[in-house]
Amino acid sequence: MGKWFAILIVIVALASAYPILFHQYAPPKTISTDGQAIDKELDATMAEAGITFLLAQFVLAFFIWKFTGRATGAKPSRLPGGAKLMVAAAFVLVGAELLALGVSGQRTWASVYLTAPKADALQIQAQAGQFAFYFHYPGADGKFGPLHPEKIDDANGNFFGLDPEHDVDSRDDIISGELVVPVNREILLLLHTKDVGHSFYVRELRIQQDFVPGLDLSMHFTADTVGRYEIVCTQLCGMSHYNMKAYLNVMSQEDFEKWMKQKAAEQ
Amino acid sequence: MEEGIAPHASASAPPQRFFRKYIFSIDHKVIGKQYYALALVAVFIGMVLSWLMRLHVVWPNAKIPGLEMLSKTGAPGGVMTPQYYLSLLTMHGTLMIFFVLTNAPFTAFGNFFLPIQIGATDMSFPRLNRLSFWITFAAFLVLVAAFFIPDGPPISGWTAYPPLSAVGSDAGPGLGWGQNLWLISISLFCVGSLLGAFNFIATTLDLRTKGMTLLRMPLSTWAWFITSCIALLAFAVLLPACLLLLLDRMAGTSFFVPAGLIIGDHPQSHTGGSPLLWQHLFWFFGHPEVYIAILPSMGIVSHILINSMRKPLLSAKVVIYSMISIGLLSFLVWGHHMFVSGMNPYSSLLFSLPTLTITIPSTIITMIWLGSLYGANLRISAASLFALGFISVFVAGGVSGFFLAQPALDSYLHATYFVAGHFHMIMGVASLFGVFAGTYFWFGKMTGRMMNETLGKIHFWLTFIGSYCIFMPFHYLGLVGSVRRYSAFVNDFTQPLMPLHKFITFAALLTGAAQFIFLFNLIYSRFKGGRAPENPWEGTSLEWSIPSPPPRNNFGDQAPVVHHDPYQYGVDGLKGDYVMQDSSEQIVAEELI
Repeated sequence: MGKWFAILIVIVALASAYPILFHQYAPPKTISTDGQAIDKELDATMAEAGITFLLAQFVLAFFIWKFTGRATGAKPSRLPGGAKLMVAAAFVLVGAELLALGVSGQRTWASVYLTAPKADALQIQAQAGQFAFYFHYPGADGKFGPLHPEKIDDANGNFFGLDPEHDVDSRDDIISGELVVPVNREILLLLHTKDVGHSFYVRELRIQQDFVPGLDLSMHFTADTVGRYEIVCTQLCGMSHYNMKAYLNVMSQEDFEKWMKQKAAEQ
Repeated sequence: MEEGIAPHASASAPPQRFFRKYIFSIDHKVIGKQYYALALVAVFIGMVLSWLMRLHVVWPNAKIPGLEMLSKTGAPGGVMTPQYYLSLLTMHGTLMIFFVLTNAPFTAFGNFFLPIQIGATDMSFPRLNRLSFWITFAAFLVLVAAFFIPDGPPISGWTAYPPLSAVGSDAGPGLGWGQNLWLISISLFCVGSLLGAFNFIATTLDLRTKGMTLLRMPLSTWAWFITSCIALLAFAVLLPACLLLLLDRMAGTSFFVPAGLIIGDHPQSHTGGSPLLWQHLFWFFGHPEVYIAILPSMGIVSHILINSMRKPLLSAKVVIYSMISIGLLSFLVWGHHMFVSGMNPYSSLLFSLPTLTITIPSTIITMIWLGSLYGANLRISAASLFALGFISVFVAGGVSGFFLAQPALDSYLHATYFVAGHFHMIMGVASLFGVFAGTYFWFGKMTGRMMNETLGKIHFWLTFIGSYCIFMPFHYLGLVGSVRRYSAFVNDFTQPLMPLHKFITFAALLTGAAQFIFLFNLIYSRFKGGRAPENPWEGTSLEWSIPSPPPRNNFGDQAPVVHHDPYQYGVDGLKGDYVMQDSSEQIVAEELI
C-alpha cells in the first residue's frame, strides 16, 4: 500500500500544479504601473513555491516508495549528512530565497504604500457605507465641500452630507456612484467610511485598502489602460457584503473632461 | 528544572459511582476523552455547516430540506438568506478553530497522554483539570445556544471585527444577543484554556518521573508543553479583548468604536474608540492560536512517524528547538493579518520579516521528517498513512504562506479564497490529519479495543484525495481575485468560476461523507473492536508499558524509571527492533547533537 500512496502523492502533486503551469487561473491583466512590479513578485514567488512544493512531494513519494515493504530484518540507515545537512538545506532553500523575495518585495510595497502621492494627483473622496461606494469630486473650484454627517440623506442622493445652501465649496461638487478617472493620471483616493469597516479592491490595480471607521486613510494609484473594472468590498461588513460593489471607469483625458462637464450640469 | 519523583495519586480510593467516575471525573484520562468527544461533536456540526455554505454558494436559491426548522428567519421556505450564510460561516469558523483544533490535538490527546508519557499518575491539579473541561463544555453550550435565539448567530465572522460586532442590531441581524452569546462563549473558552495550559505546564515541569529529563520527553509531550506556553500568553490577551467588546456593547464604553458613525441610519453614541485596537488584540492572540492548532499535530505526527519508520529522527533536539522557535516567533507576526488594515505601512514591512523567518523552523522540521524517512523500515497502517499524509498537506498548505507573508502580494491576495485555501489546508487538513493519526494510533490504548485498520485506510484514501480536491482549487480562485466571505458570487469575473465552485462543493460533500466511515469505525470499535494488547505498535514510549486501557493511577504502585530517550528504534532489543524507554537494556548511545 505504501507504493500506491507514493504514486498517489505524485498524481496529486502534478494535478495541483497543472492549473498553475498552464495559466488556467491567472490574475487579470494589470492596469496599474505598480501592478507590474507586483506581478513580477508574484511570478518569482510562484516559481519558488511551486518548486518547493513539487520537490517536497516528489521526495516524500520517492522515500515512501523506496522504504516501505522492505525485507523483514532490514536494518534502517541514516541519511548521510544527517540533521546538519537538513538544517543547512532549510536555511538555503527556503530561508535565503524568501528573505531575498521579502527584501525586493519591500521596495514594491514601499512604492505603493510608502511613497507620497504626486502634488498634482487628482483627489477624489471615496465613501463606503453599508452597502455601496460613492465618490465625491471637488468640482471646478478644486475644493471639497465640508461633510455634515447629520445631513446625510441617501433617499435624496445626498450620500456625503453636503450642504450647498450654506457651504460655497459644495456647490460645484460632483457625486458619483462610479469612480471615473482619467488614464495615466495619478489618483489620490481619500477613504472614509460611514459605518463599519469596508475595503476597496480592484483586482486589476492589484491593490487593496481597508476603510477604517474613525481614520482618514488614503491610497494612490495610476491606471494605465482605459476600461471598466469592478470595485468590490473585501472587508466583511454585513449581510450584503457580497453585493457591495462599484465600477472604476478609466477614461481618456478627453472623455473624462466631457464626463465632468456633464456631471456638473446635472448637479 | 530537575525531574521530580511522580507523586502517587491521592490516597483516597478511586471513585465508584457513575457520575464521579465517568462525568465529573478528575482522572486526566477521562477528561481527555471528554475533550475528544466534545471536539467530535463540534467537528460534525462544523462540517455540516460547511456543507450548507458550499450548497448555498453554488445554488443560492435552492430549498434546503430541514433548514427552515433550524431558523425561520434565516432560511424562510428552506432558502438560505445572505445573512444566515454569514451566521453559518461565523459558527463554522468558531467551532472548528476553538472547539475542534484547540481541543482534539491539544487538550484531548494531551490530557490523556502527557502525564503518562512523562511517567506521572495524573496532572498536577486534577480538580482544576476537571474545571477546565466543564468550563469549555459550558462555552460550547453558550455558543450553540446562538442558533436557537430569534435573531440567530452573529454574522461578523470568527474574527468579530468592530464596529460591526460592537454596535448591536443596527449593523445587521445576529448582532444582538447572538454576538453577546458568542463573546460570552469565547470568554469562557479562554478561561478553560488558560486553566488547562497552566495545568499542562505545571505537570510537565514538576511531575516527570525519575530519569525523565526534559530532553528525554517524547516529541508529542514537547509539542503539548510548548503549545501550553503559547496558549497561556495568547488566551490571556483574547479574554480581556472579548470583555472589552462586551463592555462596548452592554456598558456604553467605546474601546473599539469611534465617534460619528451612522449605522443602519442610526447615529451611534460611541466616541473615542479604535477598531484597529481590536484587530491588534485579536490577532496578537489569533496568530499564536494557529500555531496552537498545528504544533500538537506536528508532535503527534513526529511521534507516530518514528514508530512507523522503526528509526529515530535525524535529530529530535533540532525538532524541539524548531518548535520552540516557532512558538517564540509566533508572537511577532500578528500584523501580517493586518497588512492592508490601515495600520502604519512601515509596520507591515516590520511584520513581514518575522513572518518570512518563521518559515525556516517549519522547513527544518519538514526536512528532518523527510531526511529521516531515508533508510527507514516504513510500516504502513492507518496511523502512519495519516502521519505521512500530514507531511504532504503541511507542505501544500505551507507554501501558500510564502505569498501571503509578503505585503506587496498580500495587497492582491488579502481576503480572497487564496487565504482561505492556505489556512484550510494547514488547519483544516494538516492539523486534522494529526488528530486522525493520533486516533488510529492511540485508540487501542485509550479504550482497550483496536480500530478497524481496513476502514481506517479507506478513510485515509478518500480524505487525502478529497482534501486536495477541495482546497487546492481555493488557491486558484484566490489567484483570480475571488473574494472570501461572499454568500453569493454576483461579480462579472466570478461567473466563469462557478464550475470550479461546483467541483469544490461536490468534493466537500463526498469527503464529508467519508468522515462517517471514521465515525462508524470509532463507535463500532469502541464496543466491538478487537482487544487491544499493551503494545500493538511495538512502541517505546511509556504509554506502551502499561495496560490498554491504563488503570486509574497509570503505572500501578511503582513509578516508572526511564534510562534513556524514548526513541530507541532500529536497535537489537530483547523484544525486537526496539528498546522501551523504561527498560534498562543496553542501548545505542543517546542522541548527542
